[in-house]
Amino acid sequence: MGAVVGTLAMQTRQRRPSRDKLDDELELSVVCHRPEGLEQLQAQTSFSKKELQVLYRGFKNECPSGVVNEETFKQIYSQFFPQGDASTYAHYLFNAFDSSHNGSIKFEDFVTALSILLRGSTTEKLQWTFNLYDINQDGYINKEEMTHIVKAIYDMMGRFTYPALKTDTTKQHVDAFFQKMDKNRDGVVTLDEFILSCQEDENIMRSLQLFENVI
Amino acid sequence: AAGVATWLPFARAAAVGWLPLATKIMPKPPVEKKSRNDEILFVNVSGLRFQTWKNTLDRYPDTLLGSSEKEFFFNEDTQEYFFDRDPEMFRHILNFYRTGKLHYPRQECIQAFDEELAFYGIVPDIIGDCCMEEYRDRKKENQERLAEDTEAENATDAPLPPDSTRRERLWRAFENPHTSTMALVFYYVTGFFIAVSVIANVVETVPCRPIKGSKKELPCGEKYSLAFFCMDTACVLIFTFEYLMRLFAAPSRCKFMRSVMSVIDVVAIMPYYIGLVMPENEDVSGAFVTLRVFRVFRIFKFSRHSQGLRILGYTLKSCASELGFLLFSLTMAIIIFATVMFYAEKGTKGTNFTSIPASFWYTIVTMTTLGIRLSKKGTTNAFLHYKEEGGFQLRENETEREMKRDSIHSFTNAADGDGALFLKNRSSFEHQHHHLLHCLEKTTNHEFTDELTFSEMCMTESIGYRTSRSTSISSQQGMSTSCCPRRAKRRAIRLANSTVSVSRGSVQELDTLQVQKPFRPQSRSSLNARTEDLKLNCDDRDFTAAIISIPTPPANTPDESLAPSPAFHSILRNSRSGSFTHETVKISSL
Repeated sequence: MGAVVGTLAMQTRQRRPSRDKLDDELELSVVCHRPEGLEQLQAQTSFSKKELQVLYRGFKNECPSGVVNEETFKQIYSQFFPQGDASTYAHYLFNAFDSSHNGSIKFEDFVTALSILLRGSTTEKLQWTFNLYDINQDGYINKEEMTHIVKAIYDMMGRFTYPALKTDTTKQHVDAFFQKMDKNRDGVVTLDEFILSCQEDENIMRSLQLFENVI
Repeated sequence: AAGVATWLPFARAAAVGWLPLATKIMPKPPVEKKSRNDEILFVNVSGLRFQTWKNTLDRYPDTLLGSSEKEFFFNEDTQEYFFDRDPEMFRHILNFYRTGKLHYPRQECIQAFDEELAFYGIVPDIIGDCCMEEYRDRKKENQERLAEDTEAENATDAPLPPDSTRRERLWRAFENPHTSTMALVFYYVTGFFIAVSVIANVVETVPCRPIKGSKKELPCGEKYSLAFFCMDTACVLIFTFEYLMRLFAAPSRCKFMRSVMSVIDVVAIMPYYIGLVMPENEDVSGAFVTLRVFRVFRIFKFSRHSQGLRILGYTLKSCASELGFLLFSLTMAIIIFATVMFYAEKGTKGTNFTSIPASFWYTIVTMTTLGIRLSKKGTTNAFLHYKEEGGFQLRENETEREMKRDSIHSFTNAADGDGALFLKNRSSFEHQHHHLLHCLEKTTNHEFTDELTFSEMCMTESIGYRTSRSTSISSQQGMSTSCCPRRAKRRAIRLANSTVSVSRGSVQELDTLQVQKPFRPQSRSSLNARTEDLKLNCDDRDFTAAIISIPTPPANTPDESLAPSPAFHSILRNSRSGSFTHETVKISSL
């Protein structure tokens, strides 16, 4: 009896992490991934050795197991957009980064995508963006996919915006996008249409140069 | 934490995905003023040389090693930073920078650890969960011990000041008996009488040999009732005298009367006086007998004479909550089992469990493993049984002038305060983050605001303010609704931490531009920052500018706290413009 009561009494002091989290962490630590050699990565991407070193050190510090899973990815990305809900967009981003589609981003995926986004040619960047928008990877962007993406982006803004978000804001934005991109008015945007339309738009071309020196 | 800083370039790169959707031009990215070459720093702590990347130390700019304060310790001859502190402790400090978690080494003295933390500018609240409880316990223990020691020291003080009144001297004699011979004598006399009184209480119930001529055995108390009465009277007189003297001598009578010892004294002598006053009739004599039980409390008077008893009292007091919980759970169990027993035995004839309170007794006795036997009908051995039947928005002007003014302003600010490096450390991260948010705004053609303004806007939409937009600071708590409640408190503490750091160098944080009127900062942090911040240029220009200052996010690595805790904390400044022609400043809150 005393033991039972003693246990009851001690319960108040202990704080045990939830079982799920514990199991999860154990699992993650078991799976360990090492990236390919530095020279190989250097050849595959357009980063210098030093840059790769800095990138890897940061990556390894955050993810000692060498891979990022979707949950972690969403949480990291959400930290930058505290006002809104960045999880949907992070989900699409994750799929775009995870080129091998195995549910986790390795360092090579990370660096390859960064290489395209920061050091690639405009065509490559646009191709990557098309890949991002094309959720089901069928080579076409239809209105539904675009609506999902635009909604995800607007979700990141959160509820409190100026001017206030109206119910058809998303739809209007998507319509405007299709108006510009869909040249033959067949309801879908193909890669070529996309690239062509973007190249025609000066603003987009100029903005693409903005993120060159992020690293 | 480091995590956020590491992933920012990736988040910015991912912004490329928004570009085709944007209808407006993206804002220019902030200019990188310094090269980002990483270098290895040497830190020499009393001979033990540590080496680390500069970036590692830069992760926490509000500490000594992360800020420019370490330059004061730079040794030109050996090109290293020299600290004349404990090298063993430094290991833990440095690990904090590397991993983002501060651990408390169990073998170290808690005060030494605290001192090191204070020196390096680290707030103890960010100790990781793994070590927090140990740290807190040790700290509490230490504080209690210190309090006791100081108390003891004060008690055995130096000799009295010469010009003290008789009253003070008397009080002193009572509190520290060994100061004067008289006091010592009195101390021993009272002790003796307490012992005598207690023994008398015990002895008077012992059966003595019967008086001549009668067979019945009497307790000694009744046989020698006069003797016992005299002894009792003498003791009570002594105790009363002592109590009155103490009352007279006490520096604060009210406080004395409320203290535990005086209550015990009163309880010890009251029964006697009540007994004197009460008439000798049968009705109240029962109550009187109960009152005599209180005489046994005289034994507690010994706690003035025994340090150990007092310590026992303190121990009980300090674990009062745990004991209380024990009692509570015991009560719960008693009630449950008593109820069960009552309903189980309800049908049986002649049962002892006539009601639930009656079952309590059985349950208590059983749970405390005493055990009683209940009489069953028809059994020969029947025993007598008793019945007793508980972050943010960066709105920068598109013109070049703003950027220039920005840089000029930041230079002047840097020149003002200490730590020009401080400015660069902080603001580059903020710059980039705000640029990212700004791009998002441009993509969606909407701007970030906060709750208050949003509701205001909804109300005033019809009136048609052209440019009057003001934001007020949204509460930090409101932002982070998805975080664990456990973290909320930590964040609040971290908030305070970063607030402190903010006020240290908040002048430099302003990469700002314009503001119309004096700010009315509303967040807690901005109240702190207020005094330093308001050196902004006021101008009558008609545009918005944004001021962001975000202290580097406090220690929180993503893999430890994967709860989405926005580790940022920004100061929102609110400038409300009275007139409609001005635009006000907006700040993003993160």
